[in-house]
Amino acid sequence: MNNLLIVGQYVPTNSIVHRMDPRVKMLIIFFYVIFIFFANNVISYSLFTLFALGSTILTKVPWRFIVKGLTPVWFLIVFTFILHLFVTREGSVLFNLFGLQIYSGALEQGAVISLRFFLLILLTSLLTLTTTPIEITDAVESLLGPLRRFKFPVHELALMMSISLRFIPTLLQETEKISNAQASRGVDFRTGPFRERVRAVIPLLVPLFVSAFKRAEELAMAMEARGYRGGEGRTKLRELRVVKRDVAALVCFIVIAAAALITRDYS
Amino acid sequence: MHAIEFRNVSFRYEEDQPYVLRNVSFQVETGEWLAIIGHNGSGKSTIAKLMNGLLFPSEGEIFINDIPLTEENIWEIRSQVGMVFQNPDNQFVGTTVRDDVAFGLENRGVPRAEMMERITSSLEQVRMHDYLLHEPYRLSGGQKQRVAIAGVLAISPRVIILDEATAMLDPLGRKEILDTVHRVQAEQQIGLITITHDLNEVMQAERVLVMNDGEVWMTTVPRELVKKQTELQQIGLDVPFVSQLAHALQKLGVPLTEEPIDHEELLDTLWTLHSRK
Amino acid sequence: MDITFEKVDYTYQANSPFEHKALDSMSFHLPTGSVTAIVGHTGSGKSTLIQHLNGLIRPTNGKVRIGDYVLEPKKKPKHAKALREKVGIVFQYPEHQLFEETVEKDIAFGPRNFGVPEQEIQKRVAESAQAVGLRADLLKRSPFELSGGQMRRVAIAGILAVRPRVLVLDEPTAGLDPRGQKEIMDMFYRIHQEQQLTTILVTHSMEDALAYADQVLVLDKGKKYMEGTPVEVFSQRQALQQVQLDVPEMFQFLLKASDRFGKPVAYQGQDVERLAEQLAALAGDPNE
Repeated sequence: MNNLLIVGQYVPTNSIVHRMDPRVKMLIIFFYVIFIFFANNVISYSLFTLFALGSTILTKVPWRFIVKGLTPVWFLIVFTFILHLFVTREGSVLFNLFGLQIYSGALEQGAVISLRFFLLILLTSLLTLTTTPIEITDAVESLLGPLRRFKFPVHELALMMSISLRFIPTLLQETEKISNAQASRGVDFRTGPFRERVRAVIPLLVPLFVSAFKRAEELAMAMEARGYRGGEGRTKLRELRVVKRDVAALVCFIVIAAAALITRDYS
Repeated sequence: MHAIEFRNVSFRYEEDQPYVLRNVSFQVETGEWLAIIGHNGSGKSTIAKLMNGLLFPSEGEIFINDIPLTEENIWEIRSQVGMVFQNPDNQFVGTTVRDDVAFGLENRGVPRAEMMERITSSLEQVRMHDYLLHEPYRLSGGQKQRVAIAGVLAISPRVIILDEATAMLDPLGRKEILDTVHRVQAEQQIGLITITHDLNEVMQAERVLVMNDGEVWMTTVPRELVKKQTELQQIGLDVPFVSQLAHALQKLGVPLTEEPIDHEELLDTLWTLHSRK
Repeated sequence: MDITFEKVDYTYQANSPFEHKALDSMSFHLPTGSVTAIVGHTGSGKSTLIQHLNGLIRPTNGKVRIGDYVLEPKKKPKHAKALREKVGIVFQYPEHQLFEETVEKDIAFGPRNFGVPEQEIQKRVAESAQAVGLRADLLKRSPFELSGGQMRRVAIAGILAVRPRVLVLDEPTAGLDPRGQKEIMDMFYRIHQEQQLTTILVTHSMEDALAYADQVLVLDKGKKYMEGTPVEVFSQRQALQQVQLDVPEMFQFLLKASDRFGKPVAYQGQDVERLAEQLAALAGDPNE
């Protein structure tokens, strides 16, 4: 299952993109997602495509992995394209397909929207391919920093995110253990009528909650014993720093985005 | 100066509940190794939680370096009394080894440059520096506990409490922890309190506090403690193999002058007896 | 029920970068009515082995026989549930599997899943509660109000109430104090004898392996490393130390004593008292 979808999977190739400041990566993606909707001609689309493909090459993640990883997305992209062929009736009729007239506008629009869709997915998956969840957490904490002034609990939110990340493998293991134990006591999780299977979840969920609460309690105590008293007066080991390569990446993006915005059709 | 002193401490969770601890008094000296033993539910872990202000006594007083422990100074106290808990998973806060050791330092506002130094040196002390960027799920229980010890060492406390820190480990993990603790204690002038029901662990300590049903049953040294085989068994504890053997020998009339603490001591005595013939 | 492993391999996540062979050509035979201790380090394959015993997983290669049941690769066993009824597994920290509102209901959970008639269930709950030493007045309480030791007994009663013929114990004494450990082990041994079970004990305690097992199986990196009676296995200290295990303290002491006195002091099933007599004789009779 894991091999099917790459969204959310980290591939450690330690490329220049991996080493970039996660905040810069997130900012670039954020504005890319907005600006791509302004592209409306060959040049502007080419520029955005160039940026996305160029970034992908820089990540050193093998193409095969990315192409395979986007499998479920390909289906959507092709589906979007075909849908446009059928519904759009603009431009001249190009040819007749089993009694259905295919318009040039349909072909064009279908291609454009599929491309846009593809680029969006590609660039956002580059973020998770090159950035560990904890780096994303740090970036979120830093980018949301200004909200602190409005009493928004930025530090607490980031801490919650990082503790969740830390405990996901632990809880998965626990789930497997309890499910094995209950299966040994005759619970059947896999077959039987739907209602039975829903009921079979109770002996799994109750122990899981009990243990999660116990863990939470012990963790809270351990954190207190280790001097945790909220975000006030805390220093941070993980330090995000914008360095030359981040500036270079930003400049690249700004140049390409500006060029695309200038060259788009304004008529 | 006592590193830790309990003066007539009693504790219960709620006013209408029975006491978990009753009139407990003892002292721990600076640089000393004290073992606290007792059956499950004897109050050992409650003592640990009282020592760094995770709980407060219902009656009596606790002094850390002769300063009374109060709600106002607990944060100061917690940098002097470090604690390692039983479950290796439920005290690992960071997403990697390095982040976890950093946690205590971050909480105390230690500047970043100094943090890096302290992380390196404390991980070296527990021999975990090669695992700097490992995530917790890639570590064994013993390794996680060593990281927890490093996290405590990084804040350079005066006293470290191991609250059944080896109870969930396999024999190899247990040995790792005890070796680590031994080394750290030898290298630094640091007080050590180990809470356990493993009597072999107790034999290495300098002094022993035995708890039974919320009361101090006795405070003594390991060599004296193991003489009380029958009494210990009555409160759900046992003595090590070598002590059982020594007592069986004494029953047979073999004159053992001193209570042996390990195999070698017992064999030495027996050999001496043998050679005198 | 006889248990036989024939060249069993088990591979996790085959054909992926995370491929990991947890069992490697494992073969052994455990006769009906025996107690077998399985020792080995974390990661030696113990828990993978256990999961084969009631068909939670099937071998990647080879064959597992438990009585008349056969587990083979790629062949879904027909009577998976019947097998689970016959093989009771007490997992590590079994108290973590409790979930019902009352102790009674939790003990009844297994038998009910296996379709035991209601009247019979009541009988079994009472019986197994008694077998593990739970007071009858605890049956109506919530399992979560009990002490850790009592919770463990409830979980064990829940497995015994299914009336398995094979009992698998995974570190059953973990986290208990010395008295609790001895009580639980003695209890299992009594039940083993009374109900004539085939028992498999996974343990770190060489003392328990020596005290309770008829045969010992030593695992290392998914392979069978040693096999034999406790005395056979524990007389090979060096081989055990190579896989970072050790012999029971009694054996350690006997080796040192043999060394010191220059003549062999062998293990003959002696207890501490008997050993003391031997040593006294060696040191010279003090009354002479």
